[in-house]
Amino acid sequence: MSGRLPVRKTYKLFVGGAFPRSESGRTYLVDGQNVALASRKDARDAVRAARAAFAGWSGTTAYNRGQVLYRLAEMMEARAGDLAGVCSGRDEVERSIDRVVWYAGWADKLAQLLGGANPVAGPYFNFTLPEPTGVVATIAPDAPPLEGIVSRVLPAVVSGNTVVAVSEASPLAAIELAEAIATSDMPGGTVNVLTGRVSELAPVLAGHMDVNAIDLTGADGATAELERLAAGNVKRVVRGTSDGQSLWEIEPLLEMKTVWHPIGR
Amino acid sequence: MDELEQRPQGTDWLYAPAPESREIVHFQERYGLFIGGETVEPRSGEWFPTLSPASEEPLAEVAQGGADDVALAVEAARGAFPEWSSGKPASRAKYLFRIARILQERSRELAVAESLDGGKPIKESRDVDLPLAAAHFFYHAGWADKLEYAFPNRRPQSLGVAAQIIPWNFPLLMLAWKVAPALACGNTVVLKPAETTPLTALLFADVCRQAELPPGTVNIVTGDGSTGEALVRQEGIDKVAFTGSTEVGKAIQRELAGRAVPHTLELGGKAANIVFDDAAIDQAVEGIVNGIYFNQGHVCCAGSRLLVQESIAEPLVARLKRRLSTLRVGDPLDKNTDVGAINSRAQLDRIRELVASGEAEGAELYQPPCDLPERGYWFPPTVFTNVAQSFRIAQEEIFGPVLSVMTFRTPSEAIEKANNTAYGLSAGVWTEKGSRILWMAERLRAGVVWANTFNRFDPASPFGGYKESGFGREGGRHGLEAYLRFDG
Repeated sequence: MSGRLPVRKTYKLFVGGAFPRSESGRTYLVDGQNVALASRKDARDAVRAARAAFAGWSGTTAYNRGQVLYRLAEMMEARAGDLAGVCSGRDEVERSIDRVVWYAGWADKLAQLLGGANPVAGPYFNFTLPEPTGVVATIAPDAPPLEGIVSRVLPAVVSGNTVVAVSEASPLAAIELAEAIATSDMPGGTVNVLTGRVSELAPVLAGHMDVNAIDLTGADGATAELERLAAGNVKRVVRGTSDGQSLWEIEPLLEMKTVWHPIGR
Repeated sequence: MDELEQRPQGTDWLYAPAPESREIVHFQERYGLFIGGETVEPRSGEWFPTLSPASEEPLAEVAQGGADDVALAVEAARGAFPEWSSGKPASRAKYLFRIARILQERSRELAVAESLDGGKPIKESRDVDLPLAAAHFFYHAGWADKLEYAFPNRRPQSLGVAAQIIPWNFPLLMLAWKVAPALACGNTVVLKPAETTPLTALLFADVCRQAELPPGTVNIVTGDGSTGEALVRQEGIDKVAFTGSTEVGKAIQRELAGRAVPHTLELGGKAANIVFDDAAIDQAVEGIVNGIYFNQGHVCCAGSRLLVQESIAEPLVARLKRRLSTLRVGDPLDKNTDVGAINSRAQLDRIRELVASGEAEGAELYQPPCDLPERGYWFPPTVFTNVAQSFRIAQEEIFGPVLSVMTFRTPSEAIEKANNTAYGLSAGVWTEKGSRILWMAERLRAGVVWANTFNRFDPASPFGGYKESGFGREGGRHGLEAYLRFDG
């Protein structure tokens, strides 16, 4: 018994800014680690946390959201070593951090590029602005482990959406990311991470009446049933890339609001 | 009691009849389907009459399109697609400009036809539906050869065959909202008009012929809900655009699950029209009336929930009731008519059922005295007070001339009540305070917010809902996106 015995990490869920175990008490084994196996109840709790956080996060100024996301990049940089241990390595970590920085810079530019003033035929001032759609359920891609979840969560939160992300195959990367998020000034509940079975959790989220959109990028081919469930409250169904970055990854999770006001003396 | 209320009502204030002549419209006895530029008999062999809801007289017989007919129409649209999508964009633009011009030239005929078949006042079909329908074609014509400017670096491409299903409340205008952007973006179209209002779409087929639009570019298949269902199920469609009820919208979304067919849905609403105590009251009353009695309340974005600040609730409702007594309900073709006929027997039954539920749940009903014609489908302008948020009349879309009045005290409470619905299509705010308008507009979860106005539409202005009011936008640059895919 010579030398110091290291303190190990417990991999838990990330819900409402806290790190609870699954209410079910279940775990599954990934790369020699016991990881919380989220239940359907955990998924519903995560949606509640995301809904509760929505008004606050979407109500921050775009400048503030951009800074918080940049702060996330700072936290990830500080944890680069840990993150490299749970994904394909240093290169993936650096790509992921740079992606966070890239999206951070979008927060205060979306409205100018995607909104506009509309020349209507009458004495009205009329403008259109993008707004976040609400609570987004995200099935994180299996791979790349870290870059995949970063590439899906960032385009959702940059506009003010809140997220419930499910990670089955790469839970260690997902929870390491959650730990960076927890120290980034992002309000609790903005991003929630569930580790567990997509087959168990995705149908709950797809059918949940308080989820506004579902991102199926990480779902396996047979998504027809999830899409059917999504119709229950006319969810936006989104698919994107697991290793790319684009303004067009942000746009499908936005609503366009148009405001009219008369012009007169 | 102010001066206006003491004025005698009734005979002293009657308007002389001012009927628009229907001579300008000549309906055929029968209309086949419009497929591949030709009028064809339905394979189904079935026909049904379309009625004037104001008199219940049959106006013409139209084809009941079956699955075979739908397949044929999609085939025709597929056949026309390569040339239409790869042809000169400037030529596409010119065809749309032609259509816009023909709609303007024939607007009186089409307005009369619209009022006859749908029951809406001629004042509205003449001054709203037709000018806006033409404007939609005019607006989108200009986009046809400028798409790369709308979406720089994204290499916009046509989708293919657009399957479009439209409702009966603005038949020709909804056709324009659907067909104009689809064609501008290089798609070809199979359009399914509403069962009860097919005639202006069938007259539009003639507009396409006059414009010499290439055969198969626009195909029109009439029929009931089963025809629309067959169209959504049909192989070979590349896009579905639907305007109608949330219930049917969900069914369409379910049907398309796993099929990778992009779709946009413009569904129901239960808009809050919010009046603050500092609002210009007379203007607000006009806005409330326009919000809910325009087009008999057959408007997805109708201001069907009036939220009025408690301190002015009594005087405002009193003025509103007085204004209601001056609305003229009756012959849609009379140029003085404010409120026309309910579109169909089925819709009248639904309105009656929901109004009965309002009374049963304890709301207080007000209807101005008005003489309704004996034949046809009619419902008087109706106001419910003492409405709780849980009542069906506060939650469900009535799609009729029925207003539910509720009150609030603070702006936050107004937002909470306004957003307390599964819908999110539109909202109205009435206040003279600019900062409050913007504060409210920011928090209302709705795709269109009208401040100190209501029910304004324009082809340059994106329209569409949040939440269960659907997804996608129609109009403006944003509306084009629904008819394109992007290679970049």
